[in-house]
Amino acid sequence: MGVKVSLGVSLGAVLAIVAVALVGGGVASLQPVFGIIVPYAAFVIFLVGFVYRVVDWGRSPVPYRIPTTCGQQKSLPWIKHDKIENPSSTLGVIGRMILEVFAFRSLFRHTKAEMASGNIVYGASKWIWLGALVFHYSFLVIAVRHLRLFLEPVPFLINGLDLVDGMFQIGAPTLYLTDLLLIGALSYLLARRLIVPKMRYISLANDYFPLFLILGIGISGVLMRFFIRVDIVSVKELTMGLATLHPVMPEGIGAIFFVHVALVSTLFAYFPFSKLMHAGGVFLSPGRNLSNTSRAKMHVNPWEYPVKIHPYEEYENEFREKMKNAGIPVERE
Amino acid sequence: MAKNPKYYESLNIDYKPPRGNWMDRPIDIKSGIYCYPARPQVLKSVGMNDRSDWGKYWVIEDEDWELPDDWKERFLAKMRDMLDKYRTFKIYMDICVRCGACADKCHYFLGSGDPMNMPVMRAELLRSIYRGEFTKTGKMLGRLVGARKLTKKALRQLWYYMFQCSECRRCSTFCPYGIDTAEITIMGREIMNELGMNIAWIQESVSKCIHTGNHLGLQPQAYKECVEAMLMDIEDNVGIIIEPTFNRKGAEILFVTPSGDVFADPGIFTLAGYLMLFEHLGLDYTWSTYASEGGDFGYFTANEMAKRMNGKIYAEAKRLGVKWILGGECGHMWRVLNQYMTTWHGPIDFLEEPVSPITGTKFENAKAHKMVHIMEFTADLIKNNKLKLDPSRNDHLKVTYHDSCNPSRGMGLFEEPRYVIKSVCNHFYEMPENTIREQTYCCGSGSGLNASENMELRLRGGFPRQNALRYVRDKYGVNMLACICAIDRAALPPAAQYWNPDVGVTGVTELVANALIMEGEGPRTHNIRGFEIATWEPEP
Repeated sequence: MGVKVSLGVSLGAVLAIVAVALVGGGVASLQPVFGIIVPYAAFVIFLVGFVYRVVDWGRSPVPYRIPTTCGQQKSLPWIKHDKIENPSSTLGVIGRMILEVFAFRSLFRHTKAEMASGNIVYGASKWIWLGALVFHYSFLVIAVRHLRLFLEPVPFLINGLDLVDGMFQIGAPTLYLTDLLLIGALSYLLARRLIVPKMRYISLANDYFPLFLILGIGISGVLMRFFIRVDIVSVKELTMGLATLHPVMPEGIGAIFFVHVALVSTLFAYFPFSKLMHAGGVFLSPGRNLSNTSRAKMHVNPWEYPVKIHPYEEYENEFREKMKNAGIPVERE
Repeated sequence: MAKNPKYYESLNIDYKPPRGNWMDRPIDIKSGIYCYPARPQVLKSVGMNDRSDWGKYWVIEDEDWELPDDWKERFLAKMRDMLDKYRTFKIYMDICVRCGACADKCHYFLGSGDPMNMPVMRAELLRSIYRGEFTKTGKMLGRLVGARKLTKKALRQLWYYMFQCSECRRCSTFCPYGIDTAEITIMGREIMNELGMNIAWIQESVSKCIHTGNHLGLQPQAYKECVEAMLMDIEDNVGIIIEPTFNRKGAEILFVTPSGDVFADPGIFTLAGYLMLFEHLGLDYTWSTYASEGGDFGYFTANEMAKRMNGKIYAEAKRLGVKWILGGECGHMWRVLNQYMTTWHGPIDFLEEPVSPITGTKFENAKAHKMVHIMEFTADLIKNNKLKLDPSRNDHLKVTYHDSCNPSRGMGLFEEPRYVIKSVCNHFYEMPENTIREQTYCCGSGSGLNASENMELRLRGGFPRQNALRYVRDKYGVNMLACICAIDRAALPPAAQYWNPDVGVTGVTELVANALIMEGEGPRTHNIRGFEIATWEPEP
C-alpha cells in the first residue's frame, strides 16, 4: 500500500463526500438531512469525542517530570536562567506553552541536515514553520469570520476582522486574504509530502485525507462566494436556526452549500479520531508543559510503589572479610 | 601518534529513503549494528524474565526467537499497562502528525541513512502496533491508516530499532508537540522485557550494579584499589599525598560518580581531578563502595529496575549519616537524578539542604533532592575565588565542549561547565550551534549501547558529533574535547580515533585539576596524565 493507494483513497473519500452531498443537496426532501441532521450529529461527535479523548489522556497520570529542557536551568543566582525554555515556575510554563501554541516555537528551530562533500551541513529551513503557521492562522481567521453566520447582530470585532481580511478589495465580492493563504499553505503542505522523499516515506492516508478534506472545504467555500453563488439570506436563516436550536430549512439554497457543509461536518466528526487531536494534545504534552523543578520540589507519582533495593547488610555480609582486609569500615566485625 | 594517521574522511550517505511502504520491506538485522542478547542467568540473578519458563536462549539471526505461546498477550498486556501508567506514552502514540521535523535530527539516521532511524519511524514501529491492536480505526482500516497487528516480524523490527536509539532526546527538541522518542524507546524496551528480550551489555551491568554496587563488578576492596591507584600518579605528577576515605560514617558529603571513571582512561584522570579538588578544599567527604555507581543501567531496561539501582545512593547516604550528596560528571545519571530520583524515593528528610562548606552557597535548586552537580559546585567555588588557578597550564590545549545529551535536555546544565572550562583554559572554542547546547548530539553510544559488537552503529551514530568536532579542529586547531559524562569518556575516544585521530577527550574536572594550584605542590611540569605539559599532544 504505497503512496498511490493512500493518496487515491484519501482523495476518493473526499470526492465521494462531495458527490453524495451534491446529489443529496439537490433533492429537496433530503436537504434537512444535509443541512440540519448531519451538522448537528457531526458537532455532537466532535464535542463528545474531543472531551472523551482529552479525559482519556487525563486518566493516565504523569508519573515523572520529564520536560525537554531547551535552555539554561535555574541554578546559581549569577547564572542567567532561561525562564521560558527551561521553566521553573507556572508562569514560565505558560510562557513556553504560549510560544509553542501560538508561534510554533519548536518547529521554528527546524533546520535541514544534508550531506555535502562528506560533511553534514545544516541549512536554515523555516518553510515548514511558515507553512504550518499560515495554514493554522488562516483557518482560525476563517472560522472566526464564519461566526457572523451564527450571531445576530454580528459583533463589531467580526465585522472588523472581515474588513481587514478583505482589505485589498480585489473583485466583488472582495477576495479574502485568508482564503488564498489557506489554499496556498495547504497546497504547500501537500506538495511537501509528495515531493520530499522522506516525507513521502513517512506519510499515511491519515495525513493526506485531512489535507484533501480541508482543501475541499476551502475550494467549495471560494466557489460558493465567487462562482456558484448561493442565497446568503437563506443560508443565514439556516445557520441562525442551527445556532438557536430552532432549525429551519429554507428553500432555494444551492447544492454547493451542502457540499461545503458536508465537508465541514466530516472534518468535525473525523477530528476526535485522528491526528488532528494534536490540537488538544499539545497542551497536555509532558515534554513541554512541565516545569523543571524536580530537584527543588518533591513531585508525587500516584502509582509509585516500594521496590527491593539490594540491602547494605547483604552486601557487607558477602564482602565483610574483604572489606576488613582492605581497611574499609564495616557495621559488624 | 603516527605521522600520517589513517582516519576516515567521511561517510557518503544518501538520505533519500527507498520507495514503497516501509511495512513491506524485509528486515535485515545486521551484525555490527545490534547488541548481543542477555544471558539467562544474568537476567535471573536480578529477578528479571529469563525466558526459562518457556524456552531457551535466543539467537538473533534465527527466524524464530523462541517466544512463548502467549507472547502476544504478554506484550499487549504490558503495553496496555504502560499506556495506563504514562500519559506521555498515550499522547505520543496519538498526536504525531508526521510533519517530519524530527526526521533528520537523529545521529543514527544521519550516520546510517537507514530510514527507520528517523525518529518518527522509530515511533511508528510501536505506533503501528498501537493502532492495530488498541484503536478501533486501526482495527477496521488496517494498513491504510498505518496500523498493523503484532507479529513476530514487527517484534523483531521493534527490538532492532529500540536498541538503535540512545534516548538522547535531540528529536524532541524539534518536535512541535514535544514528543519524546526517548520515552517511546523506554516504553518499548520495558515492554520487550516481558519476553526476556534484553541486551547483554545492559543486563550484565545491571546485575553487577545490584550485586557489587557498580557496573564494572568491582568488589569493595577492588573499587578502593582502583581509586587509590590514581593516588600514586597524583603524587608523582603533582607532589601531593592524598588519603581518601571510603564508607566513612559522619562525613559531611557523600560523593557518587559513575564507576567508569575509576577504571578506564581517560575517565581515571577525571577521577584524579576529583581527588585533587576535594583534597585542596579539605572537603569532609567520603567515597562509597556500596553506592559506587552513579550511572543507572536499570534505566535502560525498566522503571522498577532503574529505581532499585538508584535507591542505593540515598540508602547509603542515610546509613553513613551524611548531610548531602555530591554527584560527579555523568550523563544519564543526571537525567535520572534530576527527573526521577526525588519522585522515586522522596521526600528526602534524612538529609539537609545542600550548602557548600567552602563558600556557604545554598544550592536552592537542589533543596528537595539534596544532590549537587560537580559543575554547579565547582562553578560556585570559582565564582567565589576559592580556587587558585593557573589556566596557562592548559595552554597547550585548544578545547571544545561536548554538551552531554542528558544534562542538556534533561536538566539544562549549559553555563556551569562553560564557566568552569573558560576559567581553567585560555583556549576555548564552540562547535557549530546546531551541534551544541539543547541541539547537542549524542556521542553515539548512550543508553546502554556502549558494547563492542555494535561498533559500526556506534561509529555511525558518533559521526555527527565527530563531524562538528572536525570542523573546529580544522578551523581553530582544537585538540581536546571536554565532556561531563562517563559514557562520553568511554565512547568519544574510539569515535575520535576513527574520525578525528588527533583530538583527545577529557573530563572537565581533569582540566580543573591541571590548572589548580595546590598548597604544597611540587613543580607542575607534568599534567595528571603524566605527560610533560609543554610538549604533550593529546590523542584519543
